Amino acid sequence: MAVMNSGITILIQPETRAEALAVFDKTSQAHAQSNFRKTSLGIIAFAAAVALAAHVSQFDLMRLITGLPRIGDFLSGMVPRLTADNLWADLVYWYWGLDKWLYLLWTTLMMALFGAVAGTTLGAIFSLFAARNLGAPRWSVFFVKRMLEIARTVPDLVFALVFLFAFGLGPLAGVLAISLHTLGAQGKLFAEVNENVDMRPLEGVRACGGSWLDEMTVGLLPQVLPNYISYTFWRFEINVRSATIIGFVGAGGIGMELYEAISLSYFDDAGAILLLVFITVMLIDIASEALRTKISNVRAVT
Amino acid sequence: MSAFDITTALDDSAVKRLEAAIAPDWRSRALRWAYGLGFTAVMIYAAYVSEVLSPKIFIGLPKLGDALWLMLQPSGFNYLPEFLWALCETIAMAFLGTLLGAIVALFLAIFCARTTFPLAAFRFGFRRFADGMRTFDHLIWALVFVRAIGLGPLAGILAIALVDAGTLAKLYSEAIDNSDPKPVEGVRASGGSWLDGLRIGLLPQVLPNILSSTLYMWESNTRSATILGIVGAGGIGYQLADRLRVYEFGQASLMIIMIIAAVYLIDMLSGWLRRMLIGRTSR
Repeated sequence: MAVMNSGITILIQPETRAEALAVFDKTSQAHAQSNFRKTSLGIIAFAAAVALAAHVSQFDLMRLITGLPRIGDFLSGMVPRLTADNLWADLVYWYWGLDKWLYLLWTTLMMALFGAVAGTTLGAIFSLFAARNLGAPRWSVFFVKRMLEIARTVPDLVFALVFLFAFGLGPLAGVLAISLHTLGAQGKLFAEVNENVDMRPLEGVRACGGSWLDEMTVGLLPQVLPNYISYTFWRFEINVRSATIIGFVGAGGIGMELYEAISLSYFDDAGAILLLVFITVMLIDIASEALRTKISNVRAVT
Repeated sequence: MSAFDITTALDDSAVKRLEAAIAPDWRSRALRWAYGLGFTAVMIYAAYVSEVLSPKIFIGLPKLGDALWLMLQPSGFNYLPEFLWALCETIAMAFLGTLLGAIVALFLAIFCARTTFPLAAFRFGFRRFADGMRTFDHLIWALVFVRAIGLGPLAGILAIALVDAGTLAKLYSEAIDNSDPKPVEGVRASGGSWLDGLRIGLLPQVLPNILSSTLYMWESNTRSATILGIVGAGGIGYQLADRLRVYEFGQASLMIIMIIAAVYLIDMLSGWLRRMLIGRTSR
């Protein structure tokens, strides 16, 4: 009898107990050997990949070790000198630019919000033509899907640099970049949501004589809206983070101040701005997650 | 009004009665209007603050057209070896960063999970520590590291590792918290040490989950690593930002195509590894 088990063939029919044991031993040994071979092959491949990566990126442990104290200095430089008996004055001194920073932070949030809503709305429209089941022709599904993939693979900072050329410094370039990236990410996500809907409501609408638009608004939208809204909130959380750094290239928001503070070694300012950003992001995450779980129970991937 | 032509089947009064029966009452209608108006007002304000409602957009559109036209014609093929090397550097940064981050996260996660670390107060501290690491984007950390240890891929690797350590510690600790404590108790009851419990009781349960999250982060980091060069932290982002700043859109477009191809390849490789290592129980 031939027992096929993960490539190991046994050609003996076990008759006695001893024979059965011998077969068992042989099989388990063969298994152990093939496992060992696979594992060692995996380890060698992995080690080679690590070595290659370390070589390509000029990874230098000594430089890392000598650099660590400087990183420590840098981070501890961001902690302000606050004294107990003069706390208020110290805080006021530390946050000397509070008005300006809060305004920029507010701009950042508005950029994130506009980008989330505009990108999601457009993404929802595009997703109709990227889903296989909603009557879009095959070439449209392929073409729109590729476009969406490009929009979400190209980093928003790269878009921002292109838009800066066209629109000059300021939030406009940033918000367009964020919207475009959001459009790509949401469009792809929504196309998948659309492909998983129940088709019967849509067929019902069509059977009643509804147009394609009726199918979408009456048959599809009620099914997917909770999902869409939940993903919009999630996207808003992500966009707050991207809007914070989009200013690194001059595309508006708090990022420009942060970039200056860090690259010119204004440790106090950098620490103050980072703390503001940290608190804002935390509060937004908590509020958005509460709303998100209230509307639907979609759990997003971090 | 709905577009269905039900009027042919019913007479006028019946239609009116039907519509009256299914129409929302004035209160929910008013509420809907209020929500709609409020939302529109907020969006207009947001558009105003982010300069979307400004003449700049009309002035800039022709220039944007020019840039896109140039980007449709990739150029600079004689720089290809240089670009390819930079791309390899980016991929290597993402790989090493994810690896370092995962190693740190593995230790951190043990202190962030309820089942493996019972001291609630310290656990809270470790969790906030992990939160702090992942709140700020890679680029912020990369800029800090570039200032502290100089230009080059090392700063990028550290930035990726730091954010990853935070993110993966959260994901790993959630996986640990969702595991069944009974195997660990069994190992301890039959005389195993605390470490034996983790190795034999816990690890086999959480390993698929951990591998899956790590592979996911690897894909995501490859995308992030492409831009770290903008602040000088190595990889293709440096060249890309450089070319875009001097309006060499053709060369930038070539690099963008290369990045998209590389991201595809890494996604495919990661998917293959996922199937190899975990089987079909992936996300």
